[in-house]
Amino acid sequence: MSALLEGLFSGISIGSVLLIASLGLAIVFGLMGVINLAHGELMMLGAYTTYVIQNIFKPLGEPWFDFYIIVALPAAFIVAAIAGLILEKGVIRFLYGRPLETLLATWGVSLILRQCVRSVNWLLVISVGVFCLLFFGGRVLVSRRLDWEKIKNAVTAILLPVSTAIAALAGILMGSVPALSKAWFSARNVDVTSPKWLSGGVKVLEFQMPYARLFIIGLTAICLLAVYLFLNQSNWGLRIRAVTQNREMSACLGIPTAKVDALTFALGSGLAGVAGCAVSLLGSVGPNTGQNYIVDTFMVVVVGGVGNLLGSVIAAFGIGTLNYLIGSGVFAFIFSESDAFKPLVDILLFFATSSMAKVMVFALIISFLQIKPAGLFPPKGRTAEL
Amino acid sequence: MVLNNNLKMNRERLEQQQVADIALRIADLNVYYGESHILRNVDLSVPVGQMVCLIGRNGVGKTTLLKTIMGLLKPRTGNIIFVDKDITNLATDRRAKLGIGYVPQGRDIIPRISVKDNLLLGLEAIPGGRKSNTIPQEIFDLFPVLRTMLSRMGGDLSGGQQQQLAIARAIMGKPRLLVLDEPTEGIQPSIILEIEAAVKRIIKTTGISVLLVEQHLHFVRQADRYYAMQKGGIVASGDTADLSQEVIQEFLAV
Repeated sequence: MSALLEGLFSGISIGSVLLIASLGLAIVFGLMGVINLAHGELMMLGAYTTYVIQNIFKPLGEPWFDFYIIVALPAAFIVAAIAGLILEKGVIRFLYGRPLETLLATWGVSLILRQCVRSVNWLLVISVGVFCLLFFGGRVLVSRRLDWEKIKNAVTAILLPVSTAIAALAGILMGSVPALSKAWFSARNVDVTSPKWLSGGVKVLEFQMPYARLFIIGLTAICLLAVYLFLNQSNWGLRIRAVTQNREMSACLGIPTAKVDALTFALGSGLAGVAGCAVSLLGSVGPNTGQNYIVDTFMVVVVGGVGNLLGSVIAAFGIGTLNYLIGSGVFAFIFSESDAFKPLVDILLFFATSSMAKVMVFALIISFLQIKPAGLFPPKGRTAEL
Repeated sequence: MVLNNNLKMNRERLEQQQVADIALRIADLNVYYGESHILRNVDLSVPVGQMVCLIGRNGVGKTTLLKTIMGLLKPRTGNIIFVDKDITNLATDRRAKLGIGYVPQGRDIIPRISVKDNLLLGLEAIPGGRKSNTIPQEIFDLFPVLRTMLSRMGGDLSGGQQQQLAIARAIMGKPRLLVLDEPTEGIQPSIILEIEAAVKRIIKTTGISVLLVEQHLHFVRQADRYYAMQKGGIVASGDTADLSQEVIQEFLAV
């Protein structure tokens, strides 16, 4: 009994981590159809934001430090959402309807982001800032002129090398100051200390329920509810659903599709940031944090049926529970009662480690997709053709 | 000098007045798909409060013209002027906000949202944004069938119902110009008459202008003027009252 309960709790707990990580992707990939391989890196940005907020709160002392996570959650959301917004405006906007190019471009962005957190320092920030100020500021200034459309390319051609040169020069000049060229995070993993009220756990029957896990389950439920209500009850949610289903017609109705795309992408990215904040409670945070989640999140969205929130929920908890049951050897334990199952038990024991469990879950998912290629909840009826 | 200025002002006023009587003016429009030349030097105008019908056989570029008006396709040369504003380079959603309502071929109902939400999306075209979530009575007067369908998914309606929904959705945004692309295509005859009556009633009650692409002769005759297209160009135009048997046989796929 206790073993079953423990299995269930662990399954839900793994599932909720999977779900909170996939929720953003369910929007970006599921609704918008953008294969965003940088999703994991947006999570990583959220995790690093949590780390920074924690460091800000540390000197403030005990009563304040306990609540840094309350500040870190919205901060992680905002940082990841802004990063997502820049990604959408700068890259993805030009690649809608071209999945292969999107895949490559976002993979490139994920590499850039990973290297960025390794080597980011004041020097880099200042140089990039100077460049953006000169290049985009200059464009905005000139764009007030009436003949903007005609001179647009010429202006870009002049501004780009000039602002690059000035930014590089500024970087070289300030390079002699050691304080500026010291990396913020370096390539090593950093640790986020959970606040006191999240460490430890409650004992139910014979096993521990860690508070951090309970917190993530609660957070997942809140995020899920918020996303559901936003998409189904708000005006912007209606616009998002319309644009994701028929972009051209939505534009013909007067919906600002570019704005809706940007908002949708920012929302999905922000949720990735929240997920990053949540997973920072479970382990150390490093430049490769996102890589550990990206495959899992795509798996959840695909198994659930692309474009279906409920499918993602069920898939996340299903995969989470299955992963735990195989990995912890619960299945092997159940069948070990009788000698008749000896070969089966041997196989199950072979897979009863967390990494091998993943292999088996993968194999099961592949066979599942052979039977239901469109996932748990494929679109039905006349709408299926659209 | 003063006289000259006065003259100039007078001329400008006169031009504005002329422009104000035209809801949509298309001048010398050329549209390409890649390198193939689809629309050739198209000139067309829709006077305020009138219904103009565009006829021509399949594949002559009627839908392409309407898509270009909506901004879904970019013309290589030429101008599109809506009332007094050049909208040639304007984004599609801005055109809708200026007051062009579009009912595309194939209806393009948003499939996985309810009929009510589809109708409410029609309000997006009203510049101030939408204030309420109620659907005005006029819509149900025009299309009674929609009242019972409000909670259904848009994609689950039949073709005729979707067509009525598409027109209702366009009307929700209170457009000044309604662009209809073959509203009777593939729809059973009794509903064709209903749709025809509804469009006539819309023109009568709201005074909007209509640009219609149509193959159904009875409907074509309801229009004030016609333009006939062939191989991507306008080849004939005139009052529908003067629509001769030869023109009908040459340009309508009946």
